[in-house]
Amino acid sequence: MDFGLTDDQREIQRTARAMLAERAKPERVREHAEAHTTDKALWKELCELGWPGIAISEENGGQGLGTIELSILCEELGRVLAPVPFLPSAMAACVIEQAGSPEQRERWLGGLASGEAIGALAGAVDGTAELVVGGAEADVIVLVEDDGSGRLLTPEDAEVSRIAAIDPTRSAARVSADEGAGEALEDGCPGLGHALVAVSSELVGVCERSLEMTLAYVKERRQFGVPVGAYQAVSHRCAQMLLDTEKARSTTAFAAWSADADPDGLAEAAAMAKAAASDAGREVTASAIQAHGGIGFTWEADVHWLFKRAQIDAVLLGSAGRHRARLAAILARRAGAPVAG
Amino acid sequence: MDLTFSERETAFRDELRGWLAENQPGAKPAADAGDDAQFAYRRDWQRRLYDAGWAAPAWPTEYGGRGASQSESAIYFEELGRARVPFAANTLGLLLGGPTLMVWGTPEQKERHLPPILSAEEIWCQGFSEPDAGSDLAALKTRAVKDGDEWVVTGQKVWTSGAQYSKWCMLVARTDNEVAKHKGLTYFLMDMEQDAVQIRPLRQITGEAEFNELFIEEARIPDANIVGGVGNGWKVALTTLMNERAGLGFALQIRLRQLLDDIIAAAAEKGLLENPLYADAIAELHVRCESIRLLAWKGLTDAERYGQPGPEGSLVKWLWSDTNQRVTQLAVDVIGPEALITGTSWSYELLRARGNTIEGGTTEVLKNIVAERVLGLPRLKVAA
Repeated sequence: MDFGLTDDQREIQRTARAMLAERAKPERVREHAEAHTTDKALWKELCELGWPGIAISEENGGQGLGTIELSILCEELGRVLAPVPFLPSAMAACVIEQAGSPEQRERWLGGLASGEAIGALAGAVDGTAELVVGGAEADVIVLVEDDGSGRLLTPEDAEVSRIAAIDPTRSAARVSADEGAGEALEDGCPGLGHALVAVSSELVGVCERSLEMTLAYVKERRQFGVPVGAYQAVSHRCAQMLLDTEKARSTTAFAAWSADADPDGLAEAAAMAKAAASDAGREVTASAIQAHGGIGFTWEADVHWLFKRAQIDAVLLGSAGRHRARLAAILARRAGAPVAG
Repeated sequence: MDLTFSERETAFRDELRGWLAENQPGAKPAADAGDDAQFAYRRDWQRRLYDAGWAAPAWPTEYGGRGASQSESAIYFEELGRARVPFAANTLGLLLGGPTLMVWGTPEQKERHLPPILSAEEIWCQGFSEPDAGSDLAALKTRAVKDGDEWVVTGQKVWTSGAQYSKWCMLVARTDNEVAKHKGLTYFLMDMEQDAVQIRPLRQITGEAEFNELFIEEARIPDANIVGGVGNGWKVALTTLMNERAGLGFALQIRLRQLLDDIIAAAAEKGLLENPLYADAIAELHVRCESIRLLAWKGLTDAERYGQPGPEGSLVKWLWSDTNQRVTQLAVDVIGPEALITGTSWSYELLRARGNTIEGGTTEVLKNIVAERVLGLPRLKVAA
């Protein structure tokens, strides 16, 4: 057993972190967040590096690396809250690659891999998705209904209206499509498990960064003559943030590994990862605001961007509760019992 | 990343599983059979393990072990947990005493003590905690005073499990009052068979007495029974404590898994998995159990491969103890009132689990360790 990354994977992680530390500094992210704009220069750079196609197969125009590599990039981009449509595009590609017809793959994957096309993926109820991350700029939108049926839509096939979600580092749209609009995808939407790994990985990155910022702050900030991080009420909160982050990280790593090495186990592993990561994302970023005290509630302090990203990601492709319900159904089936709802 | 076991590890697991399938310890004594019967049952079981070379696979072959890797040792405890066999009678000797001697003991001490630990001929207990020195172990007050080539020991120890069956006690005592509290300690092996050592069972909330109090009144220990040198007791004790956290954890995790699986089966049978409240609670516990498994294996294999354990050690114990309490509490709702009837395993588990967040490092102390040593947060200096 080995939980470590390979040398190549470490290199991807190292270069991604170094590059983003330079190109996605907090002040630049804040600028784009306040202007509600995508960082087009950064996106162009990422595309030139081939990031959007990292997990798309070579025959479909990508780099043909695995889900672990995709997970590494999502985590790094999550850490810095990069204002680019990487995650929605990668999630759409995961589903199109596995649930799409040869024609659909041919039509979309090359563009998604190069970054010339942008994708989005969201859960929908009767053809309507109230919040589609990346939806306002997407060239192709995948909507997945509760029953697992999926559709591939272009903006012409649906009513797409830009909305202002609480996280302005990425665009969002309301998307509504009539019955029969767009093209059907394979039933059950294989590839969704991979997409869940991607969003869970981003949440892990958000948690990590929240903890780092919090630690730096509570070591520095003094009250009653001591750093506030010396108080157990604060330090134990930080320990809890680490525990939540590690729960999310371990289950997400397991799901990323399962995606390529044990596909039969992916449905369960991905549900565990998304349940743990959604909860951790909410708890850890909320704790970050609390531990920053009054400063944490100000616009300038930057921790709120992490909280906002976590809120969006936590419900993306189903909340923790939704995924626990899925897990319970898996457990019930295994135990030979009837299932809820 | 490769989350599968190697061929060697799989062969190790298969061999042990095969042996366990053919060598069961036999029926457990009845709950009211008494402590002596329970102990005899565990001693007999250790002898069977010993005869087959399975008493301590992690020990080097020269001392009668198999030289098993850390991963194999974890597999060993997983399999014992899975087979629902009792813990060996001399678990403290096998897991703590033996390994501590291997690091700090003299050649004579190793030769004298390791064989009877392995065969359960001599049982070991641990004399660390005191009434006024629990989490703050280095504050312990038991005194050892030099008298010729012997030491005279007086003091009180608590939470000493198996003391009434033990021949040897791993005892940490203060031998120097003049130096800083961590520096004045010495690690002894105390012969329990002397009148100066009185044992009083400590009845716990389950009604049984797993632990004892030791009252030591001028007990005598020869120089030859000092481990690691005079004044070096804190370091030697840390070796013991590090071993405490390692192996058993894997057996306890598997038991937690089994407990949860039993609850899932009961909930399935009663149709409770159709109830969203139960479904949500059970799924959350399932995620926690899996996370414990992954974090434990990650901590162990990272240490094995890269020589650097991550923050997992304290996190796993914290998460395990908290989850075990939640699982045993949920069992009361799933199983129903019979889970609260004395004598059922559910009621026992419910009560016993309350000790999990206290023994082997309270959750509060674990959080301090995580905050200070993993996160690098400053420590609050409390006015004395």
